[in-house]
Amino acid sequence: MTRLFPFPLMSAVLFAMWVLLTGFSPGHVVLAGLVALIVPRVMLVLDVEKPRIRIGWSMLKLVGLVLADIVRSNIAVARIVLFRPANRRSGFIRLPVELESRYALAVLAVIITATPGTLWLQHDARRHIILIHVLDLVDEDAWIALIKDRYERLLMDIFE
Amino acid sequence: MIQAPDLPLWAALIVGLFVLLGAAITLVGAVGLIRMESFYERVHPPTLGMTLGTGFILIASIICFSVMQSRPVMHEVLIAVFVTITTPITLMLLARAALYRDRSEGAQDVPRDLGDAENGGPED
Repeated sequence: MTRLFPFPLMSAVLFAMWVLLTGFSPGHVVLAGLVALIVPRVMLVLDVEKPRIRIGWSMLKLVGLVLADIVRSNIAVARIVLFRPANRRSGFIRLPVELESRYALAVLAVIITATPGTLWLQHDARRHIILIHVLDLVDEDAWIALIKDRYERLLMDIFE
Repeated sequence: MIQAPDLPLWAALIVGLFVLLGAAITLVGAVGLIRMESFYERVHPPTLGMTLGTGFILIASIICFSVMQSRPVMHEVLIAVFVTITTPITLMLLARAALYRDRSEGAQDVPRDLGDAENGGPED
């Protein structure tokens, strides 16, 4: 199975993408199967580090959490833009991370940047610190605790 | 839109509502781009358009074409996925370029390079 599908998740995603794009018909399902079989082999040539991903509840929980947070921070940022609270302060946060897997860090970077109000700037792999810019910086420790409790633990479950 | 008469009234109302919502949120993001003061603050508001703004318009699109073709059209989900994983890269690139410039100009209000061994303490 591993020899046939070196990157099973990528094969599954490619298959789903092909079927979604072309509509469901038997011919395209066969074609999608072929794409899922052949394309991931390109990654073998590139010799990338294989991610170890545990598929489970943590993944669903993370997706749900991120969606909820995106909606919540959309409202928060819209409020800041429209009503311009006087005492708002933006600033940089240094956040210690325990994540080591580069895939987990990439996912965390996308989550933090895709959520309005927070922006990932830099990662120091040697000292395990990431630099984040926050639009509404009320309490630095609260932000650090939020990101560590909400995302980091789930990412650890999935990737490490 | 030519196909619009085929859309039943209830669906047209829902689709219209979602498109308007998405457009309104994107507009708020664009207004924020003008209203914010520093470059780093300006990066934040446009993410409204790329998250909920895109989301609402895609929901409208899914409803519209699902009703008209009377089968679920889901490839909008792919648009959402690709927008979500690609736009942060642009934002990060822009913000890092600004940070690099500010640091090389010796600006005081940006944190110094994380890699520098001599400044360990947090400052902002």
